[in-house]
Amino acid sequence: MRPDDRRYATTHEWAKIDGDSVIIGITDFAIDELCNGNEGDLVYCDLPEVGRMVEIGETFGEIESVKAVSDLQAPITGEVVEVNPVIEDHLQVLAEDTWGKGWMVRIRSKAPNLDHMLDAAAYEEHVAAAH
Amino acid sequence: MQQTPLHSVHERLGARMVEFGGWHMPVQYGPILDEVRCVREKVGLFDLSHMGRFRLTGADRISALDKIVTTFVGRIPVDSIRYGLICQEDGGALDDILVYRGEEDVFLVVNASNTERDMAWLKEHLAGANVSLEDQTDELAMLALQGQDSVATLQTVVEDLDLLTIGYYKSGFGTLCGLPNVRVSRTGYTGEDGFEIYFDSGESERVWNALMEAGAQYGLKPIGLGARDTLRLEAGMSLYGHEISETRNPIEAGLSFGISFHEDKGDWIGRDALAQIKANPTNKLVGVTTDGKRAPREGYPVMSGDEQIGVVCSGAISPTLSKNIGTAYVPLAFSEAGTKVQMDLRGKRQDLTVTDLPFYSRKR
Repeated sequence: MRPDDRRYATTHEWAKIDGDSVIIGITDFAIDELCNGNEGDLVYCDLPEVGRMVEIGETFGEIESVKAVSDLQAPITGEVVEVNPVIEDHLQVLAEDTWGKGWMVRIRSKAPNLDHMLDAAAYEEHVAAAH
Repeated sequence: MQQTPLHSVHERLGARMVEFGGWHMPVQYGPILDEVRCVREKVGLFDLSHMGRFRLTGADRISALDKIVTTFVGRIPVDSIRYGLICQEDGGALDDILVYRGEEDVFLVVNASNTERDMAWLKEHLAGANVSLEDQTDELAMLALQGQDSVATLQTVVEDLDLLTIGYYKSGFGTLCGLPNVRVSRTGYTGEDGFEIYFDSGESERVWNALMEAGAQYGLKPIGLGARDTLRLEAGMSLYGHEISETRNPIEAGLSFGISFHEDKGDWIGRDALAQIKANPTNKLVGVTTDGKRAPREGYPVMSGDEQIGVVCSGAISPTLSKNIGTAYVPLAFSEAGTKVQMDLRGKRQDLTVTDLPFYSRKR
């Protein structure tokens, strides 16, 4: 079971409320789809600049593996206030600590609300249906 | 989705399976770049049973086919193989194919995604001729062994046929794993020496296992479609749906070696259109390389200043060149090797250098 302290998008991002902002990452399922258990197959992650405004559903970045590029979609509207500096040179952190050190961006939102996203149980079903 | 007779073998090997041309196929068994290196340095085994295979017999098989395909079938020596295309009247490519000229038949290998359409097209244009057209896709398995140790690996399981006597783009028949009369050709889609074999699909698993065992001492690995795509791109080979399509002509794709305008071949579908393009081409398929972090990917705009001059057809991370590579159609003015252009990554730019194809050729 995936952590139930956060919400999930059908496009495989996770979002966790932390004070007045929301931390965003991607799920183990997304990572496995990209690299099939071979974390060396991840080659690049393009993340936004701090200060950028993103709308819900907007592409805020891209992650690339040897064979594919996937869009990263913002699950909420707000301002990017922090970007994980570790990812650029250490992509393996995404696979090694998906729910913690593998976070991607922090977005500040006026009233952070993730009710439109899936909880862990619903995401589990969503992923099972994708197989 | 269709499955090859080796589907459960791939799953047992832990392959990641994807849809490709209507088939459920292995894209990788392990890291893609390792699979590419294995073929470049040792030997790899591919299940290609998804590819379409047709057999033509009958008195008119050669003359009738010469009106449909770009290759001069009548001039192919027996037991030789030629690359060619099936084109529309306007010169757009319906498919690219291999033509095997046999003593009593012509054997065609076509792309999986186009098998049905090719069959319908051939039937329509062979109507009235004394030709019998048989779809052998299901009854035959197709495997490829590619890499410098493919001769040694395959010879272990082939009796009564010295593989070294089969020249490049030639074929022979031999007894393979006890199966008589198996078609063996020295062909492939990787830029390495290697073979493609065609045999009774009911024997797929037994032959696969025998080859895995025979190649073990050379470091043979099963290779998925992901590495196959990188290997063919490094070797500058076009892939239908990427470099070639209905809306692209094979002249500008650099495939003139597979197109015959010889007067003895007579007229064929697309000849006039392609002759005109050949006399006055406007674009060219080129290679692009980049020292930047991002690999070119299909659909990325190719830019010169603020002007979009082309689009990326295919791209890959090339372990052989240690560079990111791709192909793109560009106007002739930008096609000279060394020309600097850029690709657009949602507003960000990365420099590309135009390069002649292929990126890689094996030393012989």
